[in-house]
Amino acid sequence: MAKVATREELIHFLQNKATDLRRKIIELSVIAGGGHLGGALSAIDILVVLYYHVLRIDPKNPRWEERDRFILSKGHGALALCPVLADRGFFPEELLSNFNRLDSPFGMHPDRNKVPGVEMSTGSLGHGLGVAIGVALSGRLDRANWRVYCLLGDGECHEGSVWEAAMAAAHYKLGNLCAIVDRNMFCIDGPTEKIMALEPFKRKWEAFGWNAIEVDGHDFAQLIEAFEGLPPVTSTVPTVVIAKTVKGKGVSFMEGVGAWHYGGLDSEKERRALEDIEKMRPKG
Amino acid sequence: MAEGISYTVYELYKDLTQTEVYGQTLVELAKKDERIVALTADLARSTKIGVFFDAFPERAFNFGVAEQNMMAAAAGFAISGKLPYVSTFAVFASMRTAEFVRTDIAYPNLPVRIIATHAGVSFGQAGTTHHCTEDLGILRTMANMTIVVPADSIETAQFVKASVDWPGPLYCRIGRGLEPLAYMEEDYGFRIGKSVLMREGQDLTVIACGVAVLPACEVADELAGEGISLRVINMHTIKPIDREAIIAAAEETGGIITVEEHNIIGGLGSAVAEVLAEEGIATKFKRLGIPDVYSVIGYPEDLYHRYGIDYEGILKAVKEMLEMKGVR
Ligand SMILES: Cc1ncc(C[n+]2csc(CCOP(=O)(O)OP(=O)(O)O)c2C)c(N)n1
Repeated sequence: MAKVATREELIHFLQNKATDLRRKIIELSVIAGGGHLGGALSAIDILVVLYYHVLRIDPKNPRWEERDRFILSKGHGALALCPVLADRGFFPEELLSNFNRLDSPFGMHPDRNKVPGVEMSTGSLGHGLGVAIGVALSGRLDRANWRVYCLLGDGECHEGSVWEAAMAAAHYKLGNLCAIVDRNMFCIDGPTEKIMALEPFKRKWEAFGWNAIEVDGHDFAQLIEAFEGLPPVTSTVPTVVIAKTVKGKGVSFMEGVGAWHYGGLDSEKERRALEDIEKMRPKG
Repeated sequence: MAEGISYTVYELYKDLTQTEVYGQTLVELAKKDERIVALTADLARSTKIGVFFDAFPERAFNFGVAEQNMMAAAAGFAISGKLPYVSTFAVFASMRTAEFVRTDIAYPNLPVRIIATHAGVSFGQAGTTHHCTEDLGILRTMANMTIVVPADSIETAQFVKASVDWPGPLYCRIGRGLEPLAYMEEDYGFRIGKSVLMREGQDLTVIACGVAVLPACEVADELAGEGISLRVINMHTIKPIDREAIIAAAEETGGIITVEEHNIIGGLGSAVAEVLAEEGIATKFKRLGIPDVYSVIGYPEDLYHRYGIDYEGILKAVKEMLEMKGVR
């Protein structure tokens, strides 16, 4: 991790990382013979801010007691999470070359017993926030000062279990819990508002007793500010960061196109995707 | 399906997945039967019921990613005179919603048709969270439930047609991708609850379902060249199971191997073993399937091979049992 002196340098560093990782997502999807590209590209800026600035973690000691916990509730985001974990040094990047293949530790959804740095095996939607509540309550029992972060998809929030968890988090006053929703406005079959409307989304969280913040999920300054401004671990209100994102962000032919929820790239599309992504790299 | 076209049935179906055949067949049936409604949970595209959504938008309902609510609503449709076809991945159809299926659908004995796609390890690369090797065992313990595992796309079409007038709840599990056909034609007399004799034989019997039926037939054809006659039964209905076929196979061939894309506990193998034990028939017996582990990540064909439910795996098991029986 680079040493950065100023906020501008930090943002520059994170933007650069995000560009590198977007490239890796594309390349990994080619190795894997397809992948959940849309939701990987919408979530990657959030993951970069968490893994390169916010989370207190030790890649050499993945189960370090004092670490912050991160649960990828939208488990189909493994295509984005695995390259991040590799780049942060949890395991050698070469291992990803077997993605999706027989006996690989890496598939479309992360497995906590096979991939260092993965807190929970996910992939079935609507489980992660409930797991995060058990973790947060345990942290409080242990008087720990780490936090639990949990990234959800917006389509995932159709699941009733998400709202059972939301209710419990407020009930138990889990100030050490921070949920993030990748609000890219799409599930698989189309726009969330057309398939099963979620709005008024922020007010739903507020009505459930959460501190709800909306940010642009591709604006590093806003993301940093939201996480740095979290109430103390000992506070009594859980926070949800609703990150407004674009599904397929960074690749012109994927942005906002629902069908790219899951897809594969031929070499021409791969080339165009990488070309688009390179345009996001910050100058200098 | 296309009517009056001079394709052979085989040609018509060979490039269609089971899911595609399900969607298309249901659209045809729904033209004549207004009771039919279709439900999904953000998987219209993946389960291929999307064609129904295009054809009958007013009779198609997407519940978003909320399977439990969808199952409860299916029960509501059923008590209101509708015939709901519910489609999602098998892992969610059988486990996420298990108690809704049991209490809202099986217990009141309602005519809900659950079409569970991406079953077994047919979505192998998605990993264990998306594998489903428990559903037959779980659903089998729900009274009133009928369970069907079609062998291929042709049988899937036969099943969907037969499902319309079946009383009570139905659970049908199908795969994800394109698989070769086990049948050449469609008028072989498909009936829910009645197994199909795929190959006649006297030396040993393989009882298979789903994706294991075709390789079992290929093993029989291979061994026929060596003078061995292997009986192959397609046990497409797991419940109620065709007891007569099992009893006859045990008595006439003296050995049974079951093959299924499921944990060896609870599914086809268990159902066959129960019949044999209750009938007091002593016979050689082996279950092929996932050996009570969580199946690993991999492409389906690699996993079928790993767990011995493909051609090589079945051939090996058959040869071992023949040796035990002293045949050859
Ligand atoms: C319980 C459950 N139901 C269905 C699925 C299949 N599925 C995978 S991703 C997805 C859509 C999720 O949409 P969203 O949470 O918005 O994901 P994103 O757009 O961020 O990729 C669905 C329905 C699943 N993984 N788990």
